[in-house]
Amino acid sequence: MDRIPDRLRDLVDAFSAMEDRAERVQELIAWADRFEPVPASVAASPYPEAARVPACESEAFAFAEPLAGGTLRYRFAVENPQGVSAMALAAILDETMSGQPAERVLAVDPGVVYELFGRELSMGKTAGLMGMIQMVRALTRRHAEAAGAKP
Amino acid sequence: MASATNEAEPAIAGRGYALPEMLVTTRWVADHLDDPAVRIVESDEDPLLYAAGHIPGAAEVDWTRDLNDPVVRDYLDSGRFADLASRLGITPETTVVFYGDKSNWWACYALWVFRLFGHTRAKIMDGGRLKWTKEGRPMSRETPAFPRTDYPAPVRDDARDRALRDDVVAHLDAGGALIDVRSPEEYSGERLHMPDYPNEGALRGGHIPTAKNVPWARAVNADTGEFKSADALREIYESGAGLSPTDDVIAYCRIGERSSHTWFALKFLLGYERVRNYDGSWTEWGNLVGAPIEK
Repeated sequence: MDRIPDRLRDLVDAFSAMEDRAERVQELIAWADRFEPVPASVAASPYPEAARVPACESEAFAFAEPLAGGTLRYRFAVENPQGVSAMALAAILDETMSGQPAERVLAVDPGVVYELFGRELSMGKTAGLMGMIQMVRALTRRHAEAAGAKP
Repeated sequence: MASATNEAEPAIAGRGYALPEMLVTTRWVADHLDDPAVRIVESDEDPLLYAAGHIPGAAEVDWTRDLNDPVVRDYLDSGRFADLASRLGITPETTVVFYGDKSNWWACYALWVFRLFGHTRAKIMDGGRLKWTKEGRPMSRETPAFPRTDYPAPVRDDARDRALRDDVVAHLDAGGALIDVRSPEEYSGERLHMPDYPNEGALRGGHIPTAKNVPWARAVNADTGEFKSADALREIYESGAGLSPTDDVIAYCRIGERSSHTWFALKFLLGYERVRNYDGSWTEWGNLVGAPIEK
């Protein structure tokens, strides 16, 4: 947990301190409102199947935009307009993990969705959200390997 | 305007259902937003959807927090149900209209639980959240407050609409009909869980012997989320799966949520007199020592 990006750790700590479900939900909605779909300069619809987030019923697609310094910005498309949870997590992953060193991104366990969303998630919702993190990890690992660096 | 009680709307009555008054249209809901005899209730799989926008004045019932016992694998007890209904400003006379995501999968689940407690004034908004939003109808983020009522604690009657493990064993022995509403891969035992869903812990794959496989979503039109006509449903369940309206039927899935949707279709839209939902479903049967299984 110490190795994950600082902003994500801070966010996890903040969510962990929330005892009220409504407060957690409102915070996540605020994140969903901040979601910015992947710009056409990075990827345009129809998106490639290789970018599809596995197990995500919100039809999310994940992309990595190279940044100066060799890190990545994580971008998402969420095709289902009712995919609010996917939009919230997309915004969180973009804002807390973009620009972070690969080893810190790869230190993020998909199970962090429970810390953010709580334990009352259905099987399907859990799988989709974890799939988004798995995609970020896969994009990061692929980028690091292509760059010749050991992730 | 159709009343809040038992008058079916023409748009739904024309589909040939046995009890068309169990469904209301989005238009009916729009016309009853301020009706004090009606409580609109959203029930979703996605815990953020309601807060992100719901039908103005609608309450929320969360399937995990509100409908389940927090410790024992069971539904809420009589006192908790009375408290839930009272908190939502519901009385035994209130017509509760459920809607939600996933073509009303969770809405049917909530309606099923309400009926266990004898709250029969409950309906489904056909098409659910998908249809309401597609029609561009208003949404709100305002959480409504309802004057608390004093809903009398009802007796939960599981016998009518719910099947427990021993009921299923007896049903099998009696040659009763079983409908497995999971995916074909789950039914065959190829998978222990829904496609794209994680394994929820069943040790064995397959289905309860003699069960016919009719995935729940076949009952709805994918584009609108609305239930198919009675003729189309009969084609699926009777011509396709061999059911008959006089059959004693038990439906199941993995925890009873998808099968509550099928329970609704068989019981109210096709008028089957004896339909029960086995909520223990495959997460129970697939782990039972010695339970018969077919692949």
